[in-house]
Amino acid sequence: MLNRLTDTLDFQGQALALRSQRQRLIASNIANADTPGYVAREMDFAQALKQATGQLAGAPSLAAPRPGHLPGTAAAGGLGTPLLYATPAQTSLDRNTVDMDRERANFADNAVKYEATLRFINGNVRTMLDAIRGGQ
Amino acid sequence: MSMLDIFNVAGSAVSAQSQRLNVVASNLANADTVAGPDGQAYKARQVTFQTQLMGAASAAGVKVSTIGEDTTPGRRVHDPKHPSADGDGYVTYSNVNAVEEMVNMISASRSYQNNVEVMNTAKALLLKTLQMGS
Repeated sequence: MLNRLTDTLDFQGQALALRSQRQRLIASNIANADTPGYVAREMDFAQALKQATGQLAGAPSLAAPRPGHLPGTAAAGGLGTPLLYATPAQTSLDRNTVDMDRERANFADNAVKYEATLRFINGNVRTMLDAIRGGQ
Repeated sequence: MSMLDIFNVAGSAVSAQSQRLNVVASNLANADTVAGPDGQAYKARQVTFQTQLMGAASAAGVKVSTIGEDTTPGRRVHDPKHPSADGDGYVTYSNVNAVEEMVNMISASRSYQNNVEVMNTAKALLLKTLQMGS
């Protein structure tokens, strides 16, 4: 019963962890905008979230054959998802593939979505507290 | 905590860019330096950036790997009245290209600002994360 209450929180928690990882990735790209030969990285967020929450078709799932066994979580924190390489829109002479406009847009987009996930979690917590208090 | 790594990443970039700005400043300050007693004029210096891994694979900071000297010969101006003129009446100035340095300066300043903004955003998000559930 209690784990059903926290199921949605688990999902949002995974999403939040992945969002912060993507934020770090984009920050690395922006930091290396002037490094010669640096190749920009990007992550497939939908894929990573599916993998982190164990919904990927064909993903190995750990069975819990006996009561008392803990359920396995597949690649927590998106560590199992390989990072991709961003394709440069314009080539540069020093082989750096960071597209500053795209990175800035991604950074702002990811920051807003991180905050949205935070609000979902807060709303969830507030709903649960309301239910526990019984509306008093 | 991957959010806290952002401060390390952006901080390393800010420090590298400020070092670049520093080098640009000394180049511009020496743009009109003539050859000293050893006959060698000031040579323009250029920084080279290099990626520096900070723990995780997706956290890549920057560092200044080398500060190299521009080896092109200095500007030579015919001015026999100049006290530093050589036997043929030429004065050797430094090889700093002021236009290139100004472009370099603007680029460094923009990159610096970008990274400061990254840090500000990360800070705002972290502060909101701290208030989670309240």
